[in-house]
Amino acid sequence: MTADTDYAAGVALSPTGGLALLEPEPSDDDPAWLTEARRSASDWVGAHGFPTRKDEDWRYTRLESILTVPFERASPGLNHRRALTAINGLGVGLGGARLLFVNGHFAPELSRVDELPTGAIVTNLASVLAEGDERLEPVFSRTLAPFHHAFAALNTALTDDGAFVSLPAGVTVEAPIELVFYSEANGAPLVSNPRSVVLAGPGSQATIVETHTGLPGEVYCTNAVTEVVLEPGAVVEHYKIQNEADSAFHLALLDVRQDRESRFSSHVFALGSHIARHEVRVNLEGEGADVSLDGLYMPRRDQHHDNPVLVVHAAPRATSRQLYKGVVDEHGHGVFNGHIVVRPGAAGTDARQTNKNLLLSDDAEIDTRPRLEILTDDVKCAHGAAVGRLDEEALFYLRSRGVPEQTARAILTYAFAREMVDLIPLEPLRARVENLVADRLATSRNEETT
Amino acid sequence: MLSIENLHAKIGDNEILRGLSLELKAGEVQALMGPNGSGKSTLANVLAGHEAYDVTGQVLFEGEDLLAMSPEDRAVAGIFLAFQHPVEIPGVGNFYFMRTALNSLRRQRGLDEIDAMDFLELAKKKMELVEMDPSFMSRSVNEGFSGGEKKRNEILQMAILEPRLAILDETDSGLDIDALRVVANGVNALRSNDRAMLVITHHQRLLDYIVPDRVHVMAEGRIVRSGDKELARALEKHGYVGFDEVSLEPSVSVAATP
Repeated sequence: MTADTDYAAGVALSPTGGLALLEPEPSDDDPAWLTEARRSASDWVGAHGFPTRKDEDWRYTRLESILTVPFERASPGLNHRRALTAINGLGVGLGGARLLFVNGHFAPELSRVDELPTGAIVTNLASVLAEGDERLEPVFSRTLAPFHHAFAALNTALTDDGAFVSLPAGVTVEAPIELVFYSEANGAPLVSNPRSVVLAGPGSQATIVETHTGLPGEVYCTNAVTEVVLEPGAVVEHYKIQNEADSAFHLALLDVRQDRESRFSSHVFALGSHIARHEVRVNLEGEGADVSLDGLYMPRRDQHHDNPVLVVHAAPRATSRQLYKGVVDEHGHGVFNGHIVVRPGAAGTDARQTNKNLLLSDDAEIDTRPRLEILTDDVKCAHGAAVGRLDEEALFYLRSRGVPEQTARAILTYAFAREMVDLIPLEPLRARVENLVADRLATSRNEETT
Repeated sequence: MLSIENLHAKIGDNEILRGLSLELKAGEVQALMGPNGSGKSTLANVLAGHEAYDVTGQVLFEGEDLLAMSPEDRAVAGIFLAFQHPVEIPGVGNFYFMRTALNSLRRQRGLDEIDAMDFLELAKKKMELVEMDPSFMSRSVNEGFSGGEKKRNEILQMAILEPRLAILDETDSGLDIDALRVVANGVNALRSNDRAMLVITHHQRLLDYIVPDRVHVMAEGRIVRSGDKELARALEKHGYVGFDEVSLEPSVSVAATP
């Protein structure tokens, strides 16, 4: 594949694997349980290795091109000017706290946390770990055992930092909490392993906006894990904007645990990266929990966007809804791999899953795989997948009114994608995403023809 | 303005237009009638540039070879088709669509674009003409519109885009008498000396409101008879029976029919 050579330009490939060789470095700041957790995570990777295409959840993603790059761990060196440019490029702020990470390391001088309600904490994870906060031990160990895969384990073994959000019972943080992860390689390919934790106490509410971006043309890898724990009645909205450099790799796990009557929603917008995989796992552990997962992925050129989703209904009367849309152009490859499991005893489950795709070129590729695994009676489950092309009659209609063909295609494509943008209730964020999506459609083909 | 000579169009092996010829001058309104399947809508689509057809023959618009142009270039040249079945486009706002269309035309004609405020004023004025509620501008293009609302929306676009040649494809079909009057008023308001219209209809009724300068009858992909507006009345009385077999003598005058 050309991809391996394109993105490894100037980088000697390592047949034995760069990521596989990375080891945790003992740190005096880590509490003993964390040192142990890192050690056993690293051992797990050593014993089990990285996934292959024989693994059901990884069959659509070519990992060779990631595993053969000799990635090194990023050190805390910062380029303020470029990081600032990246932040400014995000557009208008959302009015709340903003934490910035450069190559996985916290940049306090570029971050801002204004007043928060009493008891609420928004800070970087490393500072909390250094204090030995024991609340984190079960959170870390849950993702540890059993391991989902080597990348999550690697994150535990290697993570330098990430965000930590903690909301006490009944507290609402009104303004969105923004987490910005900016990466650049500075010559050698770098990997960062941001780990973020959101603990939402009973009846608390918050909105988290996670943005991943990087310096164009650089080869780097983001291997991110975000864990969200919702206690009874908590409400958390999570937004993820994956706008990495087109030469980057992005692997992410959003791991969510919901107690009774809690509500979680996730909106993911996948635009960047050469290969990106955004995995969402939701465990509905409490009665009447509600989750809604939305996604828009737009691979073009030879981008690959994989979206594995697992929703486990482990308690009665919980509801889940998934709506993922793909817009695939040129040689892009989009994957939706959605899996709903209804455990025995999860009576009154209401689960829905929809995946719709728009193919814009003959070389574009889609794999869609909605799966239902129902182990109890008395459930309402629905799933569906569709793959289509632009409506030729609508295209003719627009052109007959004088709209040039390329513009007409972009208008109709945006009409397909905008449903996902319109699902963002937060006005300044919706405007930001709208611009990103519109810019993407405006540049999709023109760059090649002009 | 428009000169069609020996036009043939087919889809696969199915030949729909079989040597159609027609002349249309600036300022004229001509009506094209004929039974279902005679090729009226195909002619409209071919003139607008629909790519489903294999087309041969010659069509000159203002002396230019129309068949060599893309649909958008034809619109820029001044051609407008009011569709028989306007397509619904979910997710594309009607206001945005019409402003984009107008500005696309203006840009390609070397004119300045119209900003949103000015366009709003223009659209309001034109909506009064077709008695359309402004709320339709904030909905998706034709989505959930009734048959009559879709037809008004077509005439609204025509009023905003001000084409040189308007082709109205069965704009009257499915309209009740009030809607028909509104649509006809909209069309009549646009009649002018430098604009031509080709009104395709199955029924004579529309021609009571939009009085044509000339009437043509189509059958089996050709014009088999032409006359003045009285030809339409004769058709209303006697129907199309016999027309598809009638000799191909041109322009039999039926003005004397009682």
